[in-house]
Amino acid sequence: MTPRARLIGIAAAACLVAILLFLPLGLNTYGLFILSMWAVMSIAAMGLNLTLGYAGQVSLAQGAFVGIGAYTAALLTINGYSLALAFAAAALLCFAVGWLLGYPALRVQHHYLAFVTLAFSTLAYLVFRNEEWLTKGIYGISGVPRPAALGIDLAKPLPFYYFCLAILAVVVVAVWWLVKSPWGRAFVAIRENPLRARSLGVNTSRYTLLAFAIGSGLGGIAGALYAPLVEFVDPSPFTLLLSLNLLMMVIVGGSGYFAGPLLGAIIAVLLPEWLRAIQSYYLILYALLVMAILMWSPTGILGIADAWLERRRSIARSRALAEKTPTLASGEDA
Amino acid sequence: MKPVLEVEKLTKRFGGITAVDDVSFSVQEGEILGIIGPNGCGKSTLFNCILGQLQPSAGHVHVDGRNVTGSSPEALNALGVSRTFQLLQVFAQLSVHENLILAGQEHQGTMLRRLIGRRDAGLADAAAQMVRFFNLQHLADERAGALSFGQQKLLDCAMAFMSGPRLVLLDEPAGGVNLTMLKHLHGRLRAINEERRSTFVVIEHNMDFVMSLCSRVIVLAEGRKLAEGTPAQIRADQKVIAAYLGH
Repeated sequence: MTPRARLIGIAAAACLVAILLFLPLGLNTYGLFILSMWAVMSIAAMGLNLTLGYAGQVSLAQGAFVGIGAYTAALLTINGYSLALAFAAAALLCFAVGWLLGYPALRVQHHYLAFVTLAFSTLAYLVFRNEEWLTKGIYGISGVPRPAALGIDLAKPLPFYYFCLAILAVVVVAVWWLVKSPWGRAFVAIRENPLRARSLGVNTSRYTLLAFAIGSGLGGIAGALYAPLVEFVDPSPFTLLLSLNLLMMVIVGGSGYFAGPLLGAIIAVLLPEWLRAIQSYYLILYALLVMAILMWSPTGILGIADAWLERRRSIARSRALAEKTPTLASGEDA
Repeated sequence: MKPVLEVEKLTKRFGGITAVDDVSFSVQEGEILGIIGPNGCGKSTLFNCILGQLQPSAGHVHVDGRNVTGSSPEALNALGVSRTFQLLQVFAQLSVHENLILAGQEHQGTMLRRLIGRRDAGLADAAAQMVRFFNLQHLADERAGALSFGQQKLLDCAMAFMSGPRLVLLDEPAGGVNLTMLKHLHGRLRAINEERRSTFVVIEHNMDFVMSLCSRVIVLAEGRKLAEGTPAQIRADQKVIAAYLGH
């Protein structure tokens, strides 16, 4: 990253943090709910970005993992277990299920993997709906409590929003650490050129499986936050539509860019609310907008920014080179 | 003394075509072996069979006396076998520096250490040394995709050496590289060979490059070994001149 790109990134992050901290003070309950939902979806989309954006595996199961996380957290907290335990259980369960699903599924790639994960998504939905002894079927689990965390009462919308923000912050730092570690480098190598990665000793199947399982685990964390936020869990939000929506967030924001999912989640969660004023036309406008973004830049919104920075950079580079080498004869090996 | 690499009656068939036909040779420690031959004679297929990217139809490959026939590329890399590619295969999105660290990181520590340990896997100094060695230091922070063809070739070579390999298989390292850079590459390979006693097997079309770099040369034609000897013997060999050098 160039100093300029880093500076822009830091400035954008600082603005975002300031907005996220102070904006809700003027919002009503519904506004806080939407912002909290943005944090939840951001976490799930960041998990999918690990799988899709960094390791290059198309998954249509992320919505199902959010569902598994939500049901796990709801069932645990409603039976009096602590929220911390619910988070740990949801994350670990989704990591384990992701690992077990990935073991056979990651033998295939691209659209074949999409089909396998699509089947899993459908299967998970059927379990949520039909296994009434556990999930209460279509009636759902109501009255999911918002237990206190670290002695702070989270029952009110504002404290709960800050709680969502804190969890998101933890996830952001953890994922940042992960993608900047040698693991993240290996993920990118697998996405870019698996053959070359293997010849450098990168165990592609192990790393891909880990990316998939960690991404699924983050889906579980998002779900564990979803349940106390909505205070009600039923099967209907966890259909394939959620997986597709999360996929769209990652791609529209910028797949493989760290902040892509955060931006994508803004568009998927907040934009429909702003467009609500034009009533039923909003879906049409929304769809057109998303299509326009993707036609203009298939690499998402951050792809546009990246291309712009890269262009400026290459201009600066050729200018510097022209100043350094007055004659053509000195060549590239100078 | 055991050879570093021993290829024994290696054969690779694709349907009715025999791309590599009963080829045997061995390479001693510190040796630079050249493999030459006309296009389509099976040189790259031979490499891919040795390196586990293709399964040989028959025959065996031994590295340091260990049977590695059909092992995966990553398992071979773990044994200290490294390679470069004929076509550009650097990671275009990563910087030169990151490419080099990636090339060495799987040889450092455990999986867990690579997650919670240092981000550069303790390879920052080694990578900086390597970019200086290959004269790429002014490009260390550039995206590898922004480099010229020749520079990417050099990077590809540098990556092969980041893990401190015992044996390196170089697939046309000189292909498409300009004359200045070619001399540079030649010098660097020689230096690594002498300093580290690294063993090389080089596929190359550039005769001057092969003949001056290698201590021994094998000629392949239509998948078979046609001749083997010192560069001087190969240059004088009538069969070789007829099949290849004469053209």
